Amino acid sequence: MGSSATPQTIAQKIIARASGRPAVTPGEIVTCRVDLAMMQDSGGPRRVKPMLDRLGARVWDPEKVVVVTDHFVPPVDEDSRRIVQIARDWTKEAGVRRFHDAEGICHVVVAENGYVKPGMLAVGGDSHSVTGGAFGAYMFGIGSTEMLGVLVTGEIWLCVPHTIRLRWDNRLEPGVSAKDMMLFLCGHLGMDGGKYQAIEYAGAAVSALSMQERMTICNMTAELGGQAGLVAPDEVTLQWLEQAGVTDVSAAGWHTDHGAPILHEKVFDARVLEPQVAEPHSPARTRPASTFQDVRIDVAYIGACTGAKLADLRMAAEILKGHRVASHVRLLVAPASQRDQAIARDEGILQVLVDAGAELLPTACGACAGYGAYRLEEDVVAISTTARNFKGRMGASSAQIYLGSPYTVAASALSGKIADPRELL
Amino acid sequence: MISSTREGGRAWVVGNDLNTDMLAPGFAMKLGIEGIARHCLEAVDPAFATGVQRGDVLVGGRNFGTGSSREQAVGVLLHLGIAAVVAVSFAGLYYRNAFNLGLPLLVCPEAGTIRAGDRVAVDLDAARVHNLTQGVVLTCEPVPPHLLEMVREGGLLALLEKRIKSGAVRSAPTGRAPDAA
Repeated sequence: MGSSATPQTIAQKIIARASGRPAVTPGEIVTCRVDLAMMQDSGGPRRVKPMLDRLGARVWDPEKVVVVTDHFVPPVDEDSRRIVQIARDWTKEAGVRRFHDAEGICHVVVAENGYVKPGMLAVGGDSHSVTGGAFGAYMFGIGSTEMLGVLVTGEIWLCVPHTIRLRWDNRLEPGVSAKDMMLFLCGHLGMDGGKYQAIEYAGAAVSALSMQERMTICNMTAELGGQAGLVAPDEVTLQWLEQAGVTDVSAAGWHTDHGAPILHEKVFDARVLEPQVAEPHSPARTRPASTFQDVRIDVAYIGACTGAKLADLRMAAEILKGHRVASHVRLLVAPASQRDQAIARDEGILQVLVDAGAELLPTACGACAGYGAYRLEEDVVAISTTARNFKGRMGASSAQIYLGSPYTVAASALSGKIADPRELL
Repeated sequence: MISSTREGGRAWVVGNDLNTDMLAPGFAMKLGIEGIARHCLEAVDPAFATGVQRGDVLVGGRNFGTGSSREQAVGVLLHLGIAAVVAVSFAGLYYRNAFNLGLPLLVCPEAGTIRAGDRVAVDLDAARVHNLTQGVVLTCEPVPPHLLEMVREGGLLALLEKRIKSGAVRSAPTGRAPDAA
């Protein structure tokens, strides 16, 4: 791994190893062996099984495959029941042992089981698969047909990316989080700012983030238009993996060498970052929460892989503790996984949320992508911890969706209008 | 390879950052491609799904196809008969999905000059868009050879089928990359 004398980025090192070369150059098209292939119930078994059957092909290595049901659980009708059942049947038939049925959202479940490790070349059948980059893996989202190709051959082609480095100096202030960093970057660089290259997040403010906050950073690389987001693995990474039962892993070497080719580097000061809010209908329409005046909200939604992990629930609880949401606001909380929900219950966080007036929804993708039983109704104004506020995504096309951090969404729920959470800490 | 007919198809024009949820809305994702296609672009152009004709060309701005990995966002356009999508730029994931399903895309810096209803013919191999209404030819970025082959074969599934039959691809290769950890 990375034994070449030529300085290389993390992305280059991973792709070189996975393609069996001493080094790779940005722009080069290579074929990589895949270390991990993750699928969820929507783009996964129900789509790949018929194609595998048509080809008469088998999965190249079932031990490298993970399947998680999260989009259509709990099933709300016959169609969703059938889709989830296909995942259950197919994993048995294909010999996929790492099957997690309704345990939470795939990106969070995969992380808590320690499946993603530094240096891996991994793919996921979901655009937010970029979350895996938090562990120093090159992980990216692909469609179902491309997943079929991986399942049959164990390989995938890549155009070796350039690396864009986004460095955050200093530390975030209280009430400001990873979500604010990403909303700010979406606003600053646009939804195509990542140019489908590798985005490396670095600097003291990134190193200081917990693993789940790093996951939020890499998760929203999808909204920034990068192919993959990466944080160099360190002690924080290894500790998380150890707790997940993974000990045969090292962070050594999985960093960008001094003098490696960086397309460009941008430097930001975390200390001056304010809580950010994105307006309808794009995550790139971002400005400081403090500049929103009298935007009355009907719904506050805390959910999704982006915004309902344990770290996110803790942030919300910090704001909500001992308070009640405004009388006209519905606060909905869909914890990102069963495990995170259980810990939140043990820590008393779930009770804090419920006491503040929160309604708990199932631990699944839910309303984030408009799949669950709950959808935003006509003309509803919502603020959400999710990643995308595309028109109509969470329900009615007339619904207005604002995006913010768990702090900001909780503060807005209390105020009844979009609020800067720092005033409530 | 001329992707649309030589007489061209009608252009349908959408804006920047046209996302996958507009092409294939989440609430419709449990349906088959026909069901999803009925809702294609309804949030931005309700006339599209019923008015589009086989051979028509969809024209986008920057970052066409941003968002989800759902390839139904490609499948609906194929189902509705769109011959090709021409845009200033594409989201990377959408670009891969399109070629995997056999939908030709062209990156065309001057896509913004095409007006709704113009007749356009798309030449994928030459990476050119002929705007027959305006009488101009727009130069596009060349498509990598392996993706041209993919479209020619009708997408990745058809290509894999062919390669498995010819023995060029085994469905369970024995070699393995060294472990990452």
